[in-house]
Amino acid sequence: MLIWNKTAETMPREALIKLQKQRLLSILEHAYSNVPFYKAVFDENKISHKDINSLDDLKELPFTTKADMQASYPYNMFAIPLDKVVRIHSSSGTTGKPTVVGYSRKDLDNWSELIARLLTAGGVTQKDIVQIAFGYGLFTGGFGLHYGVEKIGAAVVPVSSGNTERQLMIMRDFKTTALVCTPSYALYLAEAINEANISPDDLYLRVGMFGAEPWTEGMRSEIERRLGISATDNYGLSEVMGPGVSMECQCKHGMHINEDHFIAEIINPDTGEVLPHGSVGELVLTTLTKEAIPVIRYRTRDIASLIEEQCECGRTFTRMTKPQGRTDDMLIIRGVNVFPSQIETVLIEMEETDPHYQLVVSREGALDELEIRVEVNEAFFSDEMRQMREIEEKIRQKIRDALGVSAKLKLVEPKSIERSTGKAKRVIDLRKKN
Amino acid sequence: MHVKQISIFMENRAGRLEEITSVLAKENINIRAISLADTSDFGILRLIVNKPVDAVEILRKEGFTIRENEVIACVIEDRPGGLHSMLELFAKSELSIEYMYGFFERHTDKAVMIIRVNDPARAIKILLDGGVELLRGEQVYSL
Repeated sequence: MLIWNKTAETMPREALIKLQKQRLLSILEHAYSNVPFYKAVFDENKISHKDINSLDDLKELPFTTKADMQASYPYNMFAIPLDKVVRIHSSSGTTGKPTVVGYSRKDLDNWSELIARLLTAGGVTQKDIVQIAFGYGLFTGGFGLHYGVEKIGAAVVPVSSGNTERQLMIMRDFKTTALVCTPSYALYLAEAINEANISPDDLYLRVGMFGAEPWTEGMRSEIERRLGISATDNYGLSEVMGPGVSMECQCKHGMHINEDHFIAEIINPDTGEVLPHGSVGELVLTTLTKEAIPVIRYRTRDIASLIEEQCECGRTFTRMTKPQGRTDDMLIIRGVNVFPSQIETVLIEMEETDPHYQLVVSREGALDELEIRVEVNEAFFSDEMRQMREIEEKIRQKIRDALGVSAKLKLVEPKSIERSTGKAKRVIDLRKKN
Repeated sequence: MHVKQISIFMENRAGRLEEITSVLAKENINIRAISLADTSDFGILRLIVNKPVDAVEILRKEGFTIRENEVIACVIEDRPGGLHSMLELFAKSELSIEYMYGFFERHTDKAVMIIRVNDPARAIKILLDGGVELLRGEQVYSL
């Protein structure tokens, strides 16, 4: 299997841990000395970077949150003067103020290196023609991937996002062999190829590297089958770097975290306590080499676990599972973690229901009660009570199987659940009032 | 011999039934027979009205979840044992009834039972053979 940087990616664990420690100490020094935010929070928590002597001590440091990044808008997280910054990206700001991130020349070099690893792991070589259908702009996806393709020496086609017809024309005429975009757009392209009566034999696609949103194994096999390619996942977030934090290899079993540039921890999102390896919890990332914006213990809000066993591909980097959801959405019902997305999946898979639902959590005495409100539609509305009861029981059963906790089901009238143009309000947690 | 019945899904909350009757009243639709089946969370309102086509259209437009069904309307003598003799026919034929409800018809002094079965064709034959008078849709709508 192809590996871009064998020295780094297959480094023995001992050497890697030594390198991580050395880089951690220097990044803490950098953050404390040059970012007023870190000086303030370290001082406030009466902890000095000088107290950190091992990777294990990392857990003593406070977290950095999305809110901290937003409060630092635009430049207060920068550790270097603006004349040393050569690129600025920003999040869309859909959930509040945008977060602004900057890169030094060296940061961009490192980023290209990480993307070269990602592409190589996905099967790209310098012979490939790589079509990037991520948006080029403030979003880190387009430009992030772009320079990695150039670094490998493959030909980059920076088509950017949108204009599906043109995407298809370029894909066919330019003989694109590798596709980079979101998994949902890959599926959309597959449909468009079908509708345009283009035969997969007219195309040259072999591999696809898809990211920027969560996707399931089901989607992977669908994309692979319909486009006739090998599809791999990758993970990143602009606050930490952008794409390139971790990526799947051809084993397609977890994403290798580039541990010479990032340290990953899994914490209990409620208590902040670091969880033992293999536990499911919130992913926390610390950058080891970022000059412009060093980030210490960033709470990604993504729920994942780490896979420690060494991968068959030869890389020694720890893998992370696909994010299972976001902590923002996670509910704890009678001790069980429940994600609204699990309920949505059940409802989408059932023919009878629309994915319009709302969760109401309350507490009866010492017990949490989960009520799921599902809109009735005419397709499954029967005038016979017995049939309505059967459907109710079927939904209840499927949800119990999927969540591991039982829930009360309440059928409600269509369109009675509030529609929202942005993020749907799926959860009403009445427990928080007490 | 089929009669059109409109079923409406209804959440159990104060004022919901009034919202339905208000829509029907505004459109000058007269309710001939009504029945409500309910659980603690939701109910199914079953209606037979004088203008079923108009009622379906207006209720859909108002956003109600509805289903149209065919039911059977049997005329029953308003005397002790009137219902019993009809039900005997069902029992003998091992025909089960999903639900039924009745109303009193003022012109003829007879009772009318609305019956929903899962095999209406067979039920109609058994009832007619047993000498039960059935009403056609138009007859019920214009009662």
